[in-house]
Amino acid sequence: MLLSVQGLTAQYGQFKALFGIDLHVAAGECVAIIGANGAGKTTLMRSITGVLRNAPEMIRHNEDPIGALPADLILQRGIAMVPEGRKLFPSLTVEENLRIGGQVRRGTGRWSLDEIYSLFPILKDRRHSPGTALSGGQQQMVAIGRALMSNPELLLCDEISLGLAPVVIRDIYAALPAIRASGAAVVIVEQDIARALSVADRVYCLMEGRVTLQAPAKDLTREAIHAAYFGATA
Amino acid sequence: MIWIDVLVQGILLGGLYALFAAGLSLVFGIMRLVNLAHGDLIVFAAFAILLITGSTGLHPFLAALLAAPLMFAAGWALQRFVLNRVMGKDILPPLLITFGLSVALQNGMLEIFSADSQRLAAGPLESASIDLGPVTVGTMPLLTFASAVLVIFALNRIFYTTALGRAFRAVSDDPTTASLMGINPKSVFAIATGLAMVIVTIAALYLGMRSNFDPSIGPARLIYAFEAVIIGGLGSLWGTLLGGAIIGVAQTIGAQLNPEWQILAGHLAFLAVLLIRPRGLFPRAVD
Repeated sequence: MLLSVQGLTAQYGQFKALFGIDLHVAAGECVAIIGANGAGKTTLMRSITGVLRNAPEMIRHNEDPIGALPADLILQRGIAMVPEGRKLFPSLTVEENLRIGGQVRRGTGRWSLDEIYSLFPILKDRRHSPGTALSGGQQQMVAIGRALMSNPELLLCDEISLGLAPVVIRDIYAALPAIRASGAAVVIVEQDIARALSVADRVYCLMEGRVTLQAPAKDLTREAIHAAYFGATA
Repeated sequence: MIWIDVLVQGILLGGLYALFAAGLSLVFGIMRLVNLAHGDLIVFAAFAILLITGSTGLHPFLAALLAAPLMFAAGWALQRFVLNRVMGKDILPPLLITFGLSVALQNGMLEIFSADSQRLAAGPLESASIDLGPVTVGTMPLLTFASAVLVIFALNRIFYTTALGRAFRAVSDDPTTASLMGINPKSVFAIATGLAMVIVTIAALYLGMRSNFDPSIGPARLIYAFEAVIIGGLGSLWGTLLGGAIIGVAQTIGAQLNPEWQILAGHLAFLAVLLIRPRGLFPRAVD
């Protein structure tokens, strides 16, 4: 299994955010993680990427325990993240932001500066602008391109549609088939359920730090999602 | 005519202050760490050069070339094994550590090298001068200034054209996101402090060739360095050079009016800049 999470707990001081999450992602798969604000989605992402450190065996990559590894070593294993809020480096130009994504790990995949520019042509025109001078949608493209530059086996996308106009979200999701065609497994954390269901093979729903639903995306009914998302049994 | 001379001498003196300040500026720019032992590390490097010249008979310039990698290693180790343990949101712990280091360095050097004034002998270079028409400038001050410009030019090239510089800026912006790029911020910090110590070695070389030094003079060098960094604006390297020049010019003007006013005039210029531009002339860091 490319990534498996077993009994993951996480807390910030007294506040417990995750209560034993079980989750797995196979190579090449696209998994959506949905849930309301505060469900623990971002905490889960921070744990997988090593920004939050956990017990080693709670998270495994190709069966190796990686729960306690720091973020830089997680990236070097081939797990890259598009962080929530994009988090471009303001001191770096668009091109430098992309380059720094591939500075430590280049992998062997297809993604290079030219490939990113052909995926998002607008970035080529803006490549010498400071990353933060771009529109929100363009910044999101830079953030995705930056993560792809390491040619990850697993790409984690945290709330990539947050704060963007629907037409821009559509453009960004249009890049997903090309990303999957490069062989990377993708995890999409979303609040936009319809969007998540339309692209994912499987869906996990989190509520208050627990997995309340997991199923293949095509099998899900509105009622099941509603119950898992809000905890209501309408 | 005398005032042109004062101005030129002041700018050249500013080169020395800019050399004192460049390492401080580099470290502050990348990790928001104010190294209170910076001045003492300059004196330490000067003693290191002195030891090498004493035991090998090399000219100070060559001795500094040998001392630089040693100082890089010392800076790297200091950051890696001491300062990185206390880096975090709170800026106070690293400040206290460097304050302690300053005291320890001063007393350690006093123990080992005694309180005697020392000097790096540079031979005929010490008194050589060049006639530039209206003014005559010392070769040594000219070399100092040229070195300062070169150091700051080189640092800028590293910052803006190399992968290391990209990592420096990324880590300075946001260490957590930089770690998501596979960069270990603490390794980057260690390299930055090592690099700062190479600049400290260059500063020490000129300090030692131009004036006497003893274990107690570090803190005063730190003050000049500090003022140059603040005048230039935190994180701006060319600003640091300008800051050094402003202090240098103020000092030579003060000394021209009354020799007792030299040091005071430099500090007054610093305060005046702070009054008009509290964030310095070219502030880069926005936080």
